[in-house]
Amino acid sequence: MASNQKVLMKGNEALAEAAIQAGCHHFFGYPITPQTEVAAYMSKRMPKIGGTYLQAESEVAAINMVLGAASAGVRAMTSSSSPGISLKSEGISYIAGSDLPCLIINVQRGGPGLGGIQPSQSDYWQATRAPGHGDLHILVFAPSTIQEMVDMVFDAFENADRYRMPAMILADGMLGQMMEPVVFPEKKVVTFDKESWATNGHKNQRPHNIVNSLYLQATELERKVKERFERYEVIKAKEARAEEYLVDDAELVVVAYGATSRIARSAINSARAKGVKVGLIRPQTLWPYPSAVIAKAAQTAKAFLTVEMSMGQMVDDVRLAVNGKAPVSFFGHTGGVIPTPAEVLSEIEKLTGGDR
Amino acid sequence: MAIVYQRPHALLDVPTHYCPGCTHGVIHKLVAEVIDELGIEGNTVGVVPVGCSVMAYDYFACDAVEAPHGRAPAVATGLKRAIPTNVVFTYQGDGDLAAIGTAETVHSATRGENITVIFVNNGIYGMTGGQMAPTTLPGQVTQTTPYGRDTDIAGYPIRVCEMLSTLSGVAYAERVAVDSVPNIKKAKAAIKKAFTAQIEGKGFSIVEVLSTCPTNWGFTPVEAIQWLRDNMMPYYPLGVYMDRTEEGVKHNA
Repeated sequence: MASNQKVLMKGNEALAEAAIQAGCHHFFGYPITPQTEVAAYMSKRMPKIGGTYLQAESEVAAINMVLGAASAGVRAMTSSSSPGISLKSEGISYIAGSDLPCLIINVQRGGPGLGGIQPSQSDYWQATRAPGHGDLHILVFAPSTIQEMVDMVFDAFENADRYRMPAMILADGMLGQMMEPVVFPEKKVVTFDKESWATNGHKNQRPHNIVNSLYLQATELERKVKERFERYEVIKAKEARAEEYLVDDAELVVVAYGATSRIARSAINSARAKGVKVGLIRPQTLWPYPSAVIAKAAQTAKAFLTVEMSMGQMVDDVRLAVNGKAPVSFFGHTGGVIPTPAEVLSEIEKLTGGDR
Repeated sequence: MAIVYQRPHALLDVPTHYCPGCTHGVIHKLVAEVIDELGIEGNTVGVVPVGCSVMAYDYFACDAVEAPHGRAPAVATGLKRAIPTNVVFTYQGDGDLAAIGTAETVHSATRGENITVIFVNNGIYGMTGGQMAPTTLPGQVTQTTPYGRDTDIAGYPIRVCEMLSTLSGVAYAERVAVDSVPNIKKAKAAIKKAFTAQIEGKGFSIVEVLSTCPTNWGFTPVEAIQWLRDNMMPYYPLGVYMDRTEEGVKHNA
């Protein structure tokens, strides 16, 4: 795939190509709808570039293969959809607890349980609150276009390496399955020296490296976790990202991420055409969450509306950021039902008292 | 003066947490001696399990990764695929390898994953205090089989080497024991053959080591050795169950 050339690609395949271009030559996967094209693309491309595509026996095994490859110091990734991410949560916890970088893609579908195969955003809590057991966070990126998925794959690998922690691209079945034109950036891949911790063989030149998450002394474990949380504070200060659209004069601010933000934007454009002062904040990172952007808007906006493809999960973070300064309401569909621009417009009009 | 015996370089000079009379120490030493003799410490990575040997990364001088319970062969797969020129071994107990990690064990074996598995079978969960393992013998009393393992309820022990020998990806599978000096020597030869098979790219290799757990079996170390001979060896016969170390497992279909 040549750089700086516009190509039409399916979201899942664009994710895979971006990962390869970001220097990831080790992919471990397991089939699950609606992300299987990631694995299929990798199985086609990896043998051509001397990389590894391996279909694991389970999601559990796949994430542990990622743990092993990441321990060796290479860029490694896995990809799945909601039920499969639950299976990976053990490995994600160990990877976080071992301070290893990796990329996990979740092309979300409806849940809980086997749920459905239509687009959903109901894994927000899982991604941002409890991607695995223990005190931990992972970097969570929320693209809203195929182009942004490509760009964020580069950012995710880079920040995973920089902060030595797992990164997740939280997409959904809509973004994974649709096609859009994308340009692969001529981006220089930033590499990091991993020699101080990677278990790549000490070559009789250094003491042995150990990748481990076990600390039986309570005080030592507390110290390790606190060190990690100090790093999290740095990340919260530097890496939270959001796009603002028509927020400056907005009386109502809609907060939406991913594919839903595009539906919200259509509704906002319709409302603006009717003279309604409404804007959009679109979180691009879900952890760290762009709370400061929302808090700033809460100084002037009269109300907030969160729109999600879930029963209302991100709305918790919006309420925390707004901190009681304005009412925060929620509109959404779940189970694979996609909100329409007309429905969102109707919610906007309800909250703003209709036409002005 | 000639040195006739010394601690292997690949085994660090640190105290271990193992119980008195436990045979993990002997097996650690054998693995370390093989690493020394093959001159591979600098490019060897060990993967340690959850169980009694969970802290083996502190005892071996090579690089090491601590895997989630049962996942060592998957972690080893990732390490090996990342750097195929490295030597990667797992060191796993029976609960780790034959219960919670059965899928990872079977599939790394059938893939012919070019790794070496050291499987320590003492028929019990040692670290958690002596519960029934997938290899606990029929009738054997443990904390969770207080009336003896009733096969009508708990089913039968798994014979791992026999099971894995049916898979085309397995280059080498041998069961050994560390109950006597002659058997310890045979165990070391098996471990060396398994590591050598990996170095030569022959495929998956496993050495199952019948081992004792005096603490949780409720015996003295000497009694435990005798119990192993009288009870484990008849159910788990020693021997080579698969040897494709000449031809390897590629194009084996």
